[in-house]
Amino acid sequence: MKKPTLGVLALQGAVREHLQMVERCGARGIPVKYPPELHLCQGLIIPGGESTTMGRLMTTYGFLEEIRSLVAEGMPIYGTCAGMIMMARRLVEGDQPLLGVMDITVRRNAYGRQVDSFETDLVVREIEEAEKPFRAVFIRAPWIESVGPGVKVLAEFDGRAVLAVQGHMLVSAFHPELTGDDRIHRYFLRLVEERVAG
Amino acid sequence: MVEKGTLRVKTGLAEMLKGGVIMDVTTPEQARIAEEAGAVAVMALERVPADIRAAGGVARMADPSVIEAIMEAVTIPVMAKVRIGHFVEAQILEALGVDYIDESEVLTPADEKHHIDKWQFTVPFVCGAINLGEALRRIGEGAAMIRTKGEAGTGNVVEAVRHMRTINEEIRRLTVTPKEELMSVAKEMGAPYDLVCWVAENGRLPVVNFSAGGIATPADAALMMQLGADGVFVGSGIFKSEDPAARARAIVLATTHYNDSKILAEVSRGLGKAMTGKEISEIGRENLIQFRGW
Repeated sequence: MKKPTLGVLALQGAVREHLQMVERCGARGIPVKYPPELHLCQGLIIPGGESTTMGRLMTTYGFLEEIRSLVAEGMPIYGTCAGMIMMARRLVEGDQPLLGVMDITVRRNAYGRQVDSFETDLVVREIEEAEKPFRAVFIRAPWIESVGPGVKVLAEFDGRAVLAVQGHMLVSAFHPELTGDDRIHRYFLRLVEERVAG
Repeated sequence: MVEKGTLRVKTGLAEMLKGGVIMDVTTPEQARIAEEAGAVAVMALERVPADIRAAGGVARMADPSVIEAIMEAVTIPVMAKVRIGHFVEAQILEALGVDYIDESEVLTPADEKHHIDKWQFTVPFVCGAINLGEALRRIGEGAAMIRTKGEAGTGNVVEAVRHMRTINEEIRRLTVTPKEELMSVAKEMGAPYDLVCWVAENGRLPVVNFSAGGIATPADAALMMQLGADGVFVGSGIFKSEDPAARARAIVLATTHYNDSKILAEVSRGLGKAMTGKEISEIGRENLIQFRGW
């Protein structure tokens, strides 16, 4: 099978780390700076960064509509941290531009400020070697406050959902791209391959 | 086990700021303008560098009430400055809960010999550097992010360019230096040997490197990005200009699309007057703040 191409939205944030992860998993990674480039991708990653900044840039350059319609057609999408906020249908507080594609409610900066940022071992279901803990880095991280009926929670921390999937849409409150562990990226790649295989 | 303040958590926040603009603000209202324009973070100050320069005297950490008011006004990260070596100011900022501390030459140094031991803190630090040796010394002390110093408060980008070019040239040279020569390079640079080896092997700094000091226009921001900066700090350049909201927004767009000359032309249009700049030679070498710190 031909290597799938995964786009990483490259407006702001930790783009390079995701591209490296994608390549490590054996897929092709391209930075996406303009909406037409989305059509070169079989899957899209919205990286961590500042969600307010990303939301404004996505609005200015017409990404919101374009991504919404591709995701509605079934393009797999994965959002980490700010990317998860962008994908949420609802925020607990605040009013900012969102993609709003996934049936989850998210609380921004849920754990507090940077001095409260942390790393910890998580149990993550459905990834390869799921019995091995996943080192998760939470940076001014959001959590998932509640999920709709079609959403499956794959990991919790302290009773809050922090990794979830809804069909071809995946979100994590933490940053797998900052650790050497590529199991969550591989999980996303499987979603992309299933879609490519039809 | 939950671990806070690890190096990965500290450097990680800087990674998330990449491709973004960090703006100096002195009031909650300015902070909201910055956030609205798309800033990835704000630097909370009592006065912007241009005013610090003009006022003279000793420049210190801002009043906590100024910083707290700004922290309440926005949801993006808030940074604040401490004097070089003033670890008690840093303890105070950590207690306030600021997201990043800038151990900054813009304030009057508190210690002529030593910078802060940044490993002692949970909050991450950003430090200025004019060359690779200085950057690696700061990283050795625990800085999780570097910014080239430029010459703050001048609206003149020439020093920022010099420092970015210097660091990048020194990195390039290291990548072709034979391993057995790295120890004497480390000695000459006054930089930790293991960090010198890391840079030689990886061809970049081990932490994010932003550009600062003198950026006043969208073109300045894009210039620094094309020269290899991971993002930019804009100090006096925004709120000392005629139309801060429009300029802030234009600099954000220029930083994202730094390689797209059409977009750069578009966003550079009609921004009103930029801040009045200063020629470096008029300032006099003894008054340059980039030589504070070592």
